[in-house]
Amino acid sequence: MSGASGQRPRKNPLLRTHVPLTPPAARSRIALRLTAAAARGRFELQVCRRCAHVQYPPREACERCLGLELDWKAERGAGELLAETTLHHSHEEYFRLRLPCRIGLVRLESGPTLVTFLRAGARGVGSRVLVAAHLDRAGQAVLVARAVGEQDSMAEDRALRELTCSARQRKILVTDGKSATGQALIRGLLQTGAELVWAGTAEPWKPAPGLDELARDPRVTPVPLDLTDSDSVRERVAQIGAKVDILINNAELHRPYGIGARYGVEVARAEMDLNYFGLLRLAQELAPVMRARSADAPASAVAWVNILSIYALSSFPAQGTFSASKAAAYSLSQCLRAELQRSGVRVMHVFPGPLDESWNEQLPGPKLSPEALARSVLGALEDGIEDVYPGDLAQEWLARWREDPKVLERELAAGG
Amino acid sequence: MKRHSAARTLQALIAGIARGGIRIVDLSHTLTPEFPPLVLPPELGQSWPFRVETISRYDERGPAWYWNNFSCGEHTGTHFDAPIHWVSGRNLPHNATDTVPLERLLAPACVIDCSREAAADADFLLTVDAVRAWEAEHGPIPPRSWLLMRTDWSKRTDPAAYQNLDEQGQHTPGPDAAVVRFLIEERDIIGFGTETIGTDAGQAAHLQPPYPCHSYMHGSGRYGLQCLTNLDLLPAQGAVLICPPLKIRQGSGSPLRVLALMAAEAP
Amino acid sequence: MSGRARYDEVVVAVPVTVPYVRYSIRGAHWFAARALAGLLSGSGLAKSAIDGLCFSSFTLAPDTAIALTQHLGLTLSWLDHIPLGGAAGIVALRRALRAVQSGDAAVVACVAADTNQVHSFRRTLEHFSQFAQDAVYPYGAGGPNASFALLTARYMREFGVRREDFGKLCVAQRQNALAFPHALFRKPLTLEQYLRARPIAEPLHLLDCVMPCAGAEAFLVMRRERARDLGLRAVAVLATSERHNAFPEDALQLRGGWALDREALFAAAGISHQDVDLVQTYDDYPVMSLMQIEDLGFFAKGEAAQFVRTHSFTTDGDFPVNTSGGQLSVGQAGAAGGFLGLTEALRQLTGAALGAQVANARCAVVSGFGIINYDRGLACGAAILAAQTP
Repeated sequence: MSGASGQRPRKNPLLRTHVPLTPPAARSRIALRLTAAAARGRFELQVCRRCAHVQYPPREACERCLGLELDWKAERGAGELLAETTLHHSHEEYFRLRLPCRIGLVRLESGPTLVTFLRAGARGVGSRVLVAAHLDRAGQAVLVARAVGEQDSMAEDRALRELTCSARQRKILVTDGKSATGQALIRGLLQTGAELVWAGTAEPWKPAPGLDELARDPRVTPVPLDLTDSDSVRERVAQIGAKVDILINNAELHRPYGIGARYGVEVARAEMDLNYFGLLRLAQELAPVMRARSADAPASAVAWVNILSIYALSSFPAQGTFSASKAAAYSLSQCLRAELQRSGVRVMHVFPGPLDESWNEQLPGPKLSPEALARSVLGALEDGIEDVYPGDLAQEWLARWREDPKVLERELAAGG
Repeated sequence: MKRHSAARTLQALIAGIARGGIRIVDLSHTLTPEFPPLVLPPELGQSWPFRVETISRYDERGPAWYWNNFSCGEHTGTHFDAPIHWVSGRNLPHNATDTVPLERLLAPACVIDCSREAAADADFLLTVDAVRAWEAEHGPIPPRSWLLMRTDWSKRTDPAAYQNLDEQGQHTPGPDAAVVRFLIEERDIIGFGTETIGTDAGQAAHLQPPYPCHSYMHGSGRYGLQCLTNLDLLPAQGAVLICPPLKIRQGSGSPLRVLALMAAEAP
Repeated sequence: MSGRARYDEVVVAVPVTVPYVRYSIRGAHWFAARALAGLLSGSGLAKSAIDGLCFSSFTLAPDTAIALTQHLGLTLSWLDHIPLGGAAGIVALRRALRAVQSGDAAVVACVAADTNQVHSFRRTLEHFSQFAQDAVYPYGAGGPNASFALLTARYMREFGVRREDFGKLCVAQRQNALAFPHALFRKPLTLEQYLRARPIAEPLHLLDCVMPCAGAEAFLVMRRERARDLGLRAVAVLATSERHNAFPEDALQLRGGWALDREALFAAAGISHQDVDLVQTYDDYPVMSLMQIEDLGFFAKGEAAQFVRTHSFTTDGDFPVNTSGGQLSVGQAGAAGGFLGLTEALRQLTGAALGAQVANARCAVVSGFGIINYDRGLACGAAILAAQTP
């Protein structure tokens, strides 16, 4: 995919665009726990609470002692390569287009034997490997073994490149290029090697000196885009939608009001109009276009990133209307994810804690800098992660929410 | 006027329009989503820009018809300000768009050309002296007239240039405090009209009192017209404005179609 | 296995094969019906005389064996559906023998029938097992080819077996198939051709893989006296074994359940390995064929290469294996693949081979293996059959 100048080859417009295909998507319910962990970038296996047996594939009971209490725990993935093969034939259309494909059998130090994809460096019966879980194009977890110390990006491997959504050599639309996070994202994308970044700007009469600076780079193109204006969205997507490989929706209106702190619905309505309806308008126009291009070559539409908020999981009462708008956006984004599931376009949810910006001045830290948010988004695209919780506060809230959302609700009502 | 001659006057009006002797000039911008709204500091409530959502367009949502829902603020696009819009006019009688006396909605207009000055200085302020100089050339401002400040600002089609914002805020021309009091106390104008967003200058927060046009005009039961266009087509004197705002209950203003009737130039 | 009842009073007869075709628009029920009809015409029995049924198929869905009772007009006192793939034949035999012995049924039809339509194989793979769905199919969807490629690679490495060794088995089986009328592959095969066939999943190449097709295999189980009264040439069963999920601790399946039961199997049969005249293995892949012969005790673990290079597997060789060609040359008609070793053994032992006849065939070992649930085959079994003493 790379040329000497870093430019990717132009698409031959006479060639038919490939129709999206996905690898086998069916998984039993118990196996979906692997997917749930991989969506967060984790590799987890069942560990029997009674006898500590580690098992795979996932089962409804412990295969050793029949214990019914099985905990999903982080698995380091260290193991030994028992056998390897290269597939030259497949019954699945998706794989037929991506042959040859290397797979192997790995025995983990923790016990179970896994069928995995093999990265280029993982070869040689008896060699030490590390297994990780990634989401494939069907959005399901698959296991990939790499040689200990192997660094090269999976993007170079023809069969495995679709486990990542790297921004390298791709074209990205950032819906709000003016905001601090938008500018940090643009800087990060350029560093990653993006081919082109469209920076959406609303309210053209409001100056944006940081963006003007960034726009001096020929790879950055400011484009008018107002997610509260259906016409603007339609026009912009008509103009550039067919070239967008990655969409990063960071446009948001954020105000620090609950119900009682601000009389009238106007602020809440404005938050909803941008944070929720904005996503709806954009998804209606752009999602079908990206779906059609999800198997395009040489680069395909791969990811839709929605910057939500950790407050989408549980209302932060001090910013209650903002929380509600992000909760609405989260729900809608789940709908978008389902609608795009069969196309292979990864819908990513990013749940940052409070950003280090003026409307959060009164909040105690830790707060997330725009650079930190950008780093975590770009890292997640690289690793093909689906649900991202950047920063310590977001991680902590997630842990509390997963343990018992009711306890979190009470604590937040009490102030934290 | 006897009814007989009033009827003939109306007939003559229609005939004049039909035959072209009377020209109708549209002083309103088209309502579009791109038109910049008034922007206040972010902690204050904001007026909606114009937005339109199609309900159906001869499609499965409505096979034989096309129609839209639209939304905007009372002060979006070319609009009328009623006295109730400002704190100084809040208690006056007949101060809302639904109670403005109808006979005030047709009125003569005087157009004062400040386009050269505004081009040179975006913060240009209209003064009493400038008005007196205009009267010396075009005659006194008749009572119960609109005074329209032509700046050719409507020709700034780039929204950023139209808003003309920087770190100090908006830079657009308008009247100074003294000329507003003069126009009210000495000339009894019915309202002040501008091509910019705001009857007051962009930097009017720093005048004494702040926003003198809004403060004095509405405080004395008079009106405002903003975001006008085509003022360069009007004579200095002689045009008649028709400007009824929407009949919104307790409305502070509304977008409207401002029409100016004028004598067509002699061929 | 001491303490298990012998099979002295029950016999196996009437081997039936419904000719294989690559694709068919008929359902599995059609092939089952033809097999059943073949059993009736081969035995002279009326349909009403069949009072027991063992049935196996991958393509009967949404039906199971019970549906066949109404579909084909059978009234039964004994019914079993055996979803064990390549082990189904051996297991069906074991179930039927005990049913007749205990008096639960008088005549049991053991039938395996499958159709093959354009999407059949892929659909069968997709719905094969939960573990395959969760942990194998997403990895290149090579189906069992992938799992057996891994296994073959390791076996070759572990025991010094070369592709040429597997090739020798395949070439011999093709030789055996040339005379067999139902074989779908009737052109001679050279070792050169075997080695040069296109790769499927290394080290497996095209000729290491069976070809799915449509067809059916069947036989009857009844009391010895009944067979005699009907004038049927029947075969005796000396011993059988069955073992599922053997050696779960083995990281890779380099040995199967037969290794656990072979001693008891031969002891119960009262014979030694030298007494065996032919071996039918379940040959979904050559490595498994070899592993079955190995684990049944015909050579010591780890000596596969030596064994292959010093024996000849054709019907006129010193160690006939898969005398009608095996699935690799005949074709795999779904579950019928688990039965074809039995029907062929029945024909050989009654001197009624449809193709080449092994001279003086008195004793046969038939092995079954099936259901690759995840990374290994779970079901296995074996039977030792003997020609009846007149």
